[in-house]
Amino acid sequence: MKGRVTFNTNRCKGCGLCVSVCPVKLIELDKSTVNAIGYNPAYPAYPDKCIACTNCAIMCPDTVITVERLDG
Amino acid sequence: MAVIFQKTKGLTDTPFTYCPGCTHGIIHRLVAECLEELDLLDRTIAIASVGCSVMSYEFFNCDAIQAAHGRAPAVATGVKRVHPDKIVFTYQGDGDLASIGTGEIVQAAHRGDNITVIFVNNAIYGMTGGQMAPTTLPGQITTTSPYGRDVTKQGEPIRMAELMAQIPGAAYIERVMTADPVSVRKAKRAIKKAFEIQKNGGGFSMIEILSSCNIGWGLSPVDALKYIKEDMAAYFPLGVFKDKGAAQ
Amino acid sequence: MSKMLMKGNEAIAQAAIAAGCDAFFGYPITPQNEICEYMSKYLAKSGGAFVQAESELAAINMVYGAAGAGARTMTSSSSPGIALKQEGISYCAGAELPCVIVAISRGGPGLGGILPAQGDYNQATRGGGNGDYKVVVLAPNGVQEATEMVRDAFLLSEKYRNPVMVMADGVIGQMMEPVEINTDPLPKFEKPWAATGESQSRGTRNVINSLFLNPVDLENHNIALRKKYDMIEENEVQVDLYMMEDADVALVAYGTPSRIVKSAIEEMRAEGIKVGLIRPKTLYPFPFKQINAAADKVKFLLTAELSMGQMVHDVRLAVNGKVPVYFYGRAGGMIFEPKEISDAVKSHLGGE
Repeated sequence: MKGRVTFNTNRCKGCGLCVSVCPVKLIELDKSTVNAIGYNPAYPAYPDKCIACTNCAIMCPDTVITVERLDG
Repeated sequence: MAVIFQKTKGLTDTPFTYCPGCTHGIIHRLVAECLEELDLLDRTIAIASVGCSVMSYEFFNCDAIQAAHGRAPAVATGVKRVHPDKIVFTYQGDGDLASIGTGEIVQAAHRGDNITVIFVNNAIYGMTGGQMAPTTLPGQITTTSPYGRDVTKQGEPIRMAELMAQIPGAAYIERVMTADPVSVRKAKRAIKKAFEIQKNGGGFSMIEILSSCNIGWGLSPVDALKYIKEDMAAYFPLGVFKDKGAAQ
Repeated sequence: MSKMLMKGNEAIAQAAIAAGCDAFFGYPITPQNEICEYMSKYLAKSGGAFVQAESELAAINMVYGAAGAGARTMTSSSSPGIALKQEGISYCAGAELPCVIVAISRGGPGLGGILPAQGDYNQATRGGGNGDYKVVVLAPNGVQEATEMVRDAFLLSEKYRNPVMVMADGVIGQMMEPVEINTDPLPKFEKPWAATGESQSRGTRNVINSLFLNPVDLENHNIALRKKYDMIEENEVQVDLYMMEDADVALVAYGTPSRIVKSAIEEMRAEGIKVGLIRPKTLYPFPFKQINAAADKVKFLLTAELSMGQMVHDVRLAVNGKVPVYFYGRAGGMIFEPKEISDAVKSHLGGE
């Protein structure tokens, strides 16, 4: 299954829960930027790995993440 | 290509005021998704309480009433008795529900009021800076149990789900947690069931949700999830404690 | 409709039902129990909701919920129970919810006693709850007026979106008098602000709330409330003046003691002493202007209360030092006789 994760970056508080539950380790916190509310936001560092499992979105406390399924 | 997960219409666009990693946000989303999926948003009145979730009336995309500390179930009773066809739920933390509001929660269940209670148990008073809660674990360090909760002086943590299950008027009581994607999916099923019971006139339901307070606990957000799973769930066992519908 | 002989508490309950009370939330406490009992018997029959709450605290919070959801709602209690309700009354005032609180007062402090007293004047008019707020307080002097004031209370509460208290001493609750209850439908105010659930079809979420974390917002809220209270003070003062036209002495009394004071006035008038009565029917808003005007014409005022002296402080504020303001009171459930009042008046006249 292939998927795509999109981040509403300026709502992200950089808690890292999404990073911890991603089974394919595609998400990282972007230490090089600070978002509008002062955090290092999560971003899809390896977007092609996404399997559309929605774990990241389910554990995100701030409804930052949208998940799409790209196949079937 | 299909969107399989996006922010529910059951939430407003107002960003949550919770600390980074706090699972209040997850629980808000679950409640809001259930209201949207059951098509209840246009007939629901949320009762916000006092504590970290005091501002929840800003987040749920439905009508809301902010209640005094501990009194949310009484406020819910007042609303439900004049609007029996509406959906009424309270959203309360452990200080609110299990300490100052024990009278109100117990009596609302005893009356069998057809309301739903979302009880967020994170074992601490988060809003006021991390004081000991009625559900603080034995030995747990808080700002008012600086040497760890001493059960000989401060009592054992109160198990609300078990207590509420003893009440004849309670229709559905379940304890779930927000420790990982699997348990969060389970939590959503429990919340949905509670709202379905209310929708069908089934009576009083309460879902206790073990939640994190990583800031208050002094843990990273990820370690706080581990604490829920390994420490909190050990003292507060998960499961269905009362299901009147199944018993019949 | 013809007159019926009714106990005050029952007449109050009947008047509330006649005024379209949708929901009543009570808790037993003497001497107001007949209100709860009557409501439990008759309110549901007229389509309303009755709940015997687990405490006065819960009862007022049920009122807060029902009022927030748009209902015409009421609770009743007596002195220590009214003390417990203060948290909820403050919330109702803060969230600007219309509701009626009937207080059938007894002696205090603490558990006090169960006989009539007026020691709750300060609790009622100053608010026992936190924050800058006012509760409209109506004080009947008999059963008939109590029923009229209950009706008035619903109307005022909805007109101003504010809690209204009907404070009657225990005498009124317990005594029987002939009464004619107004059964005309009471107009209902539109409540577009109420949290009734239809957020989506309404297109806006209705939120009932008294929390303002931004100090600018809270100050604006406080200012808006103050403006409302100014309007109430301007428009809603009710006061009865009795034999004040030629009075040399003004007695000030409210509730049933005002009837005893009237008897004393008649006795004194027979002796040639020109005494009149100022009876505040609204304790908030208080008739400051009327009492101040009266002070220009009398030698002194004497306030008679079933307390150790509470309303007297408002009378002194009203008189503002123009003439002396004396006090006579009994407490604890003891009630003065007319002679005690005339003796007190004479003792102050005697010095001249």
